[in-house]
This record gives sequence, C-alpha cells and structure tokens, in this order.
Amino acid sequence: MTEKHVPVAVRLLPLFVLLIGLAIWFCLSRLGVFPESAFPSPVAVARGFGIELRSGRLLDDLIASLFRVSCGFLLAVILGLPTGLWMGHHFRSRVALLPAINFFRSLSPLAWIPFAILWFGIGDLPAIFLIFMACFFPIVVATVSAVAAIPSIYFRVARDYSFSGAELLMKVTLPAIAPQVITSLRVTAGLAWLVVVAAEMIAGRDGLGFAIWDARNGLRMDLLVVGMIVIGVIGVIIDRILVRLMKISSVRWGYER
Amino acid sequence: MNDKALATENVSVEFDSIHVFRDLTLEISRGEFVAVVGPSGCGKTTLLNLLSGFLKPTAGHVISSGRVRMVYQTDSLFPWQTVAQNIALGLRNIDDDKERANQLEKMLRLIKLDEFASHYPHQLSGGMRQRVELARALAGDSDVLLLDEPFSSLDYLARLHMRRELARMLKELPRTVVLVTHDIEEAAQLADRIIVMSDRPARICRELRPQLERPREPTHPAVVEAVHCVLMELGLEGSQAQSFLETPVA
Repeated sequence: MTEKHVPVAVRLLPLFVLLIGLAIWFCLSRLGVFPESAFPSPVAVARGFGIELRSGRLLDDLIASLFRVSCGFLLAVILGLPTGLWMGHHFRSRVALLPAINFFRSLSPLAWIPFAILWFGIGDLPAIFLIFMACFFPIVVATVSAVAAIPSIYFRVARDYSFSGAELLMKVTLPAIAPQVITSLRVTAGLAWLVVVAAEMIAGRDGLGFAIWDARNGLRMDLLVVGMIVIGVIGVIIDRILVRLMKISSVRWGYER
Repeated sequence: MNDKALATENVSVEFDSIHVFRDLTLEISRGEFVAVVGPSGCGKTTLLNLLSGFLKPTAGHVISSGRVRMVYQTDSLFPWQTVAQNIALGLRNIDDDKERANQLEKMLRLIKLDEFASHYPHQLSGGMRQRVELARALAGDSDVLLLDEPFSSLDYLARLHMRRELARMLKELPRTVVLVTHDIEEAAQLADRIIVMSDRPARICRELRPQLERPREPTHPAVVEAVHCVLMELGLEGSQAQSFLETPVA
C-alpha cells in the first residue's frame, strides 16, 4: 500500500493507540498499583502542564534545548559533510582517518560530560559540544560510505559532458549522495535530541533535561512526566520535518528504486 | 577534406602483461555505422574506451575528429534529474537559452517522450530510459556516437523496437556510429559494416557489409545471411552459400 492511498481510518490508527495508552495509564493510576508520588495520574500531569505553560518556564526550557540542538547539529553537519566528502574521494585520508572516526563514533557522547564541564563550564556550550560529538562522527561515516557507493558511471558521464570542480560537486556528487545523507541526518537528529536531555541534566541550568532533573529533585513526578512528553513530541516533530526532505522530487529515486 | 571520423593506427593495449590489442588498425568513415562483434572479453569495450579518449593506448595512435558521445551498457542517466534535464546535458555547449530550449523540445519529440519531460528515470520503463540515453548522446552537435551494448538489458521485443528507433533517429540526425554488441542480429540489422573480432589479442578476422537500407527486418534474407556469416566466423555454425553479401577481406 503506498502512502497516497492510505484510508482515513488507517491514518487515525496512531490516535487510537494514543487513546488506549491514556486509558491504560488512567486505569493503572486509579487502581493504585503504584503510589501517586511514584506514578502521577494523567490528571495531575495535565495540571502540571498548565502550571508550567502559564509560568512560561516550559517554553523557555524548550527554546533553550532547541537552540542547543540546532547549534550542535548544524555545526556537525557543516563540518561533517565536507569531511566525509573529502575522505570519500581520497583513499589515503580514508585509510588514515576512518579507524579514528569509528573509535570516536563508538564512544558514548555522555562519556565526554566531565570534560565538557571542565572545558566549557555550565550552560549552552557544553551541551552544544556534546551534541556535536554525538552527531559529527556518524555524519562523516555516512557521507564517506555514500560517496564510496556512487556508481563510477556517473563520474564517467560527468566527464563526457565536461563537468569539473565545483560543478561536479554540486551537480553530481552531492545529488548522488543526497538520499543516503538525508537518512543519516534523520538518525543523527534523533541522537542529538537524546543527548541534549542528558547534557542538560548534568551541565545545564535550564532546558528540558534540566527541567526533568529539577522535577526529580523536587519530587514532582507530574512535572517530570510533562518534560518527558514534550521531549517525545518534539522528537517526533523533528523527525517529521526531516522526513519532508525525503519527499523532495530530486531525491525520491533513492527511496523508490 | 578528411573522410575519416575515427581511426586507430597500429594500436596496442596492454593491461598487466595481457595484450588486448596488438597493432590494431581500423578506419571508420564519416557517417558510417560500424558494429563490432566478437567473443566475450576480446576487448570490444576497450576499443570504445580508446575511441572515446577515456583510455590511452600503450602504443600507436587513435584519431578522432569532432565531439564523441558514448551510451553505456548500464543505466547512466542521472537519477536526480528529470528526462528533460538529462537530455539537456547534451546541450550544455549551446549558449543561447532559446536555442537550447528549442533543441530540447526537438529531442523530446524525436524520442516521443514529450509527455515525460518532467519524469525521473526511475519512473520510466527500460526502453524509455534507453531512448533518453540516446537522446542525450545525440543532442547538440555531437559527431560520433559510441554505443556499448546499449540494449542488452532489454527484453527481445523491446530490443527489436529500439533498433528500429535508433535507425529512425539516425536518419534524422546522422552520426558516425560504433556499436559494440553481443547481439549479432542487432549488428546485422543496423550496421553498414560488421567487424568480427578474434580472441585476445584481438584482431579483425572478418568484415561484412550488408547492402541494405535501414531499417532492416530481422528476418530479411540479407540480415539472416549476415548473422550466419558472423556465427560461422566465430565457429558457432557450419558453412553455407552466401548470396546477399559483399565481403571484402579485411
């Protein structure tokens, strides 16, 4: 079944799942399986949501987190793509650097938290640094493998029709790797959003991660759940935005063939 | 005026001490359609790479005049570009925007894909894609068309259709053509001259000149006869009388 022909009833299935989830949550809290202090009810969470929204804190935290994710992620893209392109085209640089890149890619970005605080203190910078560390290496690896996978026939044709230099990069190499790169951006953007929460818990004074940590310290589980819900929803929205990139007509060949 | 469009003069090609060609001399006249057939691995594609300038010979000279374009065996259309954008690659040397647009329209009409101008290659059938490849190579003022088994990925009926299409396009836009093919019937149906190559180091072991206008029916006696002669030369069929062919010795 293609996406265009999905009936409305099927499209509403996620909403149905949401309602069932809410119902289970409601039942569990009414049955008192866990004490209210450890398992806030949907009503308490909704109330907490109202409080956070009115005080303006939720919006401030959201903006702080989004700012950090945007900076760290964009920095990783701006530096990671050219690095990947360069390595993809140069065999020696690939041989030299790929093991190191894979080494850093395997390190959890959270392992850098102590250094992030020592080097950048508390606030935006350590979080941006950690997000960068989480995203940069996967973007490089994805770009390198995308470049390596470009069929050589495209470069042969580009030569036949006298493409060279910047034009070759912009009109052949980049469009040829676009589908794979977009897929990796989706994955790394999700990663960035995961990392920002962890980074703010330890090295932040605001942001959604800090809000969760603060709620936990104040034993306000209702507010903690508010933070969790917002984080999940924003994560889905970010992914939806990046999925739109996959619908651009000049990259669809990469997903439909 | 020099009548030669392409030529190799005592060309040798060697890869890691394997001789692909040794002293190969071949002349192709302007406007001639030459088909090259021979056993697998005898260097047919290498010959095209020499003629296109992609490969330099180990010894000897390759002469080519004019703009040379190649159509490849594998899908070589840019999948991120539409049919129109792909064909427009062949028109890059035309500076005037209006002229370029006119030419593009003409090419789209020639391959009967005007309605598919804004489609992407993956949305087309194999035969349609091959027509776009041909249009891209024919577009602009190209002089020589090198075809490397262009229809080998198509089924038999589509191949028959494409041969007819190619003949029609060349009638409208005459070019010097070198076609490398495994398909002997294809060579017999299209070529002015069929060159049969031997095993490595490849030499020309026979040349046939079917004397018949294009498009030729695949069952025409001259075509059948040419196929028979090539198969015989390749040791795949026994001898029989020839009547439709003039066969000068190479």
